[in-house]
Amino acid sequence: MNGRIDRHPILGPLPPRKQIRFQFDDRTYLGYEGETIAAALLANGVRALRRHEASGTPRGIYCNIGHCFECRVTVDGKDNIRACLTPIRDGMVVRSGRKLPAPFVVGGDSL
Amino acid sequence: MTDVLIIGAGPAGLSAAIACAENGLRVKILDEFVKPGGRLLGQLHQEPDGKWWNGIEEASALHERAMSLGVELVLGASVFAVRRKEHGWQAESTKGVHQARVLLLATGAAEWPVPIPGWTLPGVMSIGAAQVMTNVHRVRVGRRGVIIGINLLAAAIARELQLAGIELAAMVLPLRSTATGESANPMHVMKSLSHIAPLAPSAWIRTAGKLLKYPAFRQLGVRFFPRGGVRIWGIPVHLRKCAVEIYGTSQVKGVRIADVTPDGRVVPGSDKDVPADFVCIAGGLYPLAELAAVAGCPLMPVPELGGFVPVHNETMQTPLPGLYVAGNITGIENARIAMAQGTVAGLSISLDNGKGGAGMRERLEQAVDHVRRLRESAPIRFHPRVSEGRAKMAEAWRQRQADQGAST
Repeated sequence: MNGRIDRHPILGPLPPRKQIRFQFDDRTYLGYEGETIAAALLANGVRALRRHEASGTPRGIYCNIGHCFECRVTVDGKDNIRACLTPIRDGMVVRSGRKLPAPFVVGGDSL
Repeated sequence: MTDVLIIGAGPAGLSAAIACAENGLRVKILDEFVKPGGRLLGQLHQEPDGKWWNGIEEASALHERAMSLGVELVLGASVFAVRRKEHGWQAESTKGVHQARVLLLATGAAEWPVPIPGWTLPGVMSIGAAQVMTNVHRVRVGRRGVIIGINLLAAAIARELQLAGIELAAMVLPLRSTATGESANPMHVMKSLSHIAPLAPSAWIRTAGKLLKYPAFRQLGVRFFPRGGVRIWGIPVHLRKCAVEIYGTSQVKGVRIADVTPDGRVVPGSDKDVPADFVCIAGGLYPLAELAAVAGCPLMPVPELGGFVPVHNETMQTPLPGLYVAGNITGIENARIAMAQGTVAGLSISLDNGKGGAGMRERLEQAVDHVRRLRESAPIRFHPRVSEGRAKMAEAWRQRQADQGAST
């Protein structure tokens, strides 16, 4: 799926950019150099970037400029990276946030 | 060592950097985004004279000028602390610790979040997020959307989404709650519609816009607001409908919309489902002033400027030595004004640091005048009474100076 706005009546056509590959949750996606993780994933039709740590409900971008931290993902093993501010790199491995165990909560998930 | 450290590479920060560097100061800018330009980047609208304001071009002109003057720019750097040091200021960021004699905060604005049932679903985003995705990243936020919140920013970005070929099903009010307040009240929003009039090519709004300053007409306007909404650029704008809930399980499927009374109460049983694959929440902007607070700068609530604003004077000084502010951190206004304020800050910093020679004070005064003229002639305003807000701040500054004079 290509969700990119290739042509625009005022901004013109998208300039040619270098295509690169990155991984998100074990699947390989194509994106363009300089794109943020959030933009590259949305262009590939991926909206859900993580599961809420406690409730497990899906979350995507909200503010898209780094203020809200809703789009936090794990990048090359590093947690809590904002997908909206982080450019993709060739071979980058991105993982969505998961629901975390809550062993001390009644009815919560065990470790 | 850097003379001036600027936080924020938007219209204010870049303009300030240019003015400082032109006067021989060494400047470094920190910004957390991937590109310089701040929120200038997404802006795209037609001016009253028919010319297009293209924020990407404006940003790149400022960026090139700053680079040609030797300004150092660090992108992807989130500043989380600023503190006063013996000989100036220190900013701690995700890309190291930076020090300078002078610190300028040009952090811009943030959007008010508007909590509505279902707003955490993937596909729901702030209106500014949609602007950045569309015009900066050139990625489609969806096929068909609903905008929740009726205000100037929402109307401007709705047009930008439409230009990119994205369909908008409706613009509606948010559900009335303690969080949404006046923005969910048709009477209140009706009043603000008159300020959208110069931007919106809607016969109804243009005609009504002139009458809406009279309270009696506002009541009539709300009562007789067209059932099918008023169209702005073909997008139905509903002043008498609100978003009750955003529905979907793994992502947005649509918005449940209900009729509201003239004061914003939901009419029971009037709800209808509007299918959509994305939703934009438009709560308006507030000055992003946390770093000023962290720095120890006093803040003052000024509703006409959009919220809490660092205390400052017309030459962008704060009460703290070597700390300056410029742009939307001082109040919500358009990008041209932010640029002009940045120039004021840059000249002010130059003057305070003995740069620019004898003519500097006069140049600074001219730059301050320029900001005032831009404000007076602005075709559209985020807040209609912004000049009153500026006057309040100027008075607070004078009072502060007088109190300090009296106590010393």
